[in-house]
Amino acid sequence: MIKALSITKGIHDWLYSSMSENMAYLVEMILIALVYLAIFAIAGLFLVLIERRVAAWFQLRIGPNRVGFQGLLQTMADALKLLSKELTGTEKADKFLYNLAPYFVIITSLMALAVIPFTQDFHAFDINIGILFLIAISSIGVIGILLGGWSSNNKFALIGAMRSGVQTISYELSVGLSLLTMILITGTLQLSEIVEVQKNGWLIVQGHIPAIIAFMIFMIAGTAETNRAPFDMAEAESELGAGFHTEYSGMKFAYFFLAEFINMFIIAAIATTVFFGAWLSPFGITESIPILGVFWFLAKAMILVFLMMWFRWTFPRLRVDQLLTLEWKYLLPLNLMNIVLMALIVWQNLTIQL
Amino acid sequence: MSYFSDIFEGIKTLLTGMSVTGKYFLNSRKGTITQQYPDNRETLKMFDRFRGEVIMPHDEENRHRCTGCQKCEIACPNGTIEIIWDRGIDEDTGKKKKKIDQFVYHLSMCTMCGLCIDVCPTDAIEWGQNFENSVYDRTALTRVLNKPGSKLMPGVED
Repeated sequence: MIKALSITKGIHDWLYSSMSENMAYLVEMILIALVYLAIFAIAGLFLVLIERRVAAWFQLRIGPNRVGFQGLLQTMADALKLLSKELTGTEKADKFLYNLAPYFVIITSLMALAVIPFTQDFHAFDINIGILFLIAISSIGVIGILLGGWSSNNKFALIGAMRSGVQTISYELSVGLSLLTMILITGTLQLSEIVEVQKNGWLIVQGHIPAIIAFMIFMIAGTAETNRAPFDMAEAESELGAGFHTEYSGMKFAYFFLAEFINMFIIAAIATTVFFGAWLSPFGITESIPILGVFWFLAKAMILVFLMMWFRWTFPRLRVDQLLTLEWKYLLPLNLMNIVLMALIVWQNLTIQL
Repeated sequence: MSYFSDIFEGIKTLLTGMSVTGKYFLNSRKGTITQQYPDNRETLKMFDRFRGEVIMPHDEENRHRCTGCQKCEIACPNGTIEIIWDRGIDEDTGKKKKKIDQFVYHLSMCTMCGLCIDVCPTDAIEWGQNFENSVYDRTALTRVLNKPGSKLMPGVED
């Protein structure tokens, strides 16, 4: 199940030669988990910094540029500050659930990170139901938010959590159906095979009109699913304090905060994999250098992350009823029509194969 | 069939909004409004309307425009201005006349409301743009605005 990186082939062989097979398997799993934890932390901090700089540029400000070169160490300093802060809580909070909630959020986003194909060999967990796994995992994350809001014994947190529940349950449908539209072309749920299919042209080219519609729906629903502005009613600073994480402080707050940014990256990474050919270079220009796949993957994902930031700093927040109207009256019917259109195109072999 | 036209209208307006913010993003380097204060201290120029402190301008012959009418002292809601005045012989006419000895201004009590400047009939006082007013002893915030040995500018009272 675990594809060893070609770089780590040596470590893999050494582990299997020096200890029993089960032991080596376990050690290897732990090592990979540690690598992904490191990626998680670094990517989270880096994304927070990018968000702050991009937000500043949209508002004609400068943004954090004092700590380190161009502010590169700013979020590290913030994380250190959060580590040293006291963990407060409300008096009558449900202590067990209150402490459990951040881990739900962070573990689900970490699990989703595992199935993302960064490049040909850099792919920790390549299961044959990859897309289904991603959809399932991303909807477990909302349990953490609901638990956090419920158990902190605060009405604003509860309202935020309930809004988040409403929102995520609605928009999951659109995320799932827009990915399903693309699966009609690929015919497989396995992420590595989805990438294989795209060697004849990225799916957004292959599927042309319905693929573009599916991409737009996916980006809207994905933004909503990560609780980001303009769909950030779970937090809604101007209405609910900080929403579901009002009562959290220190590192537990940082977990929620990091998970939000990692979720944004995961949505961008899914879109990259399903619509833009994951680690494939445009027109195969660097096909001979497989390690550049990571570069192409991250470049594409970053462009989509930037698009989500652009949404955030452009559009005002929606009301709850407007949010549900958008999903149930517009995105869902359009999505169903789009699936029929895509099915017709695949049936009649009208896809564009390069 | 307004359903589909609504969708296209919606997408169009969203793209319009994004193009506006996109232009801001692309021009962010030139149009930055942030002042990086301690770094640009030499070149930083506050705008004219900034209310930093009350000053009394003097011309090159050390003459001000204050006649000592005390309207500013009466107008001030906090007792920020105290005018210590005297009667002296006017050089031109030889009559006794009111003149200021010290124009005392307590910056620590001033709320920058501007009533003294509005009420001044001879425009003797105006706003200064200095904003670095932190000191270790608050007595340093009590200032005498007229310079020592300064006189009234001729022709102000006419």
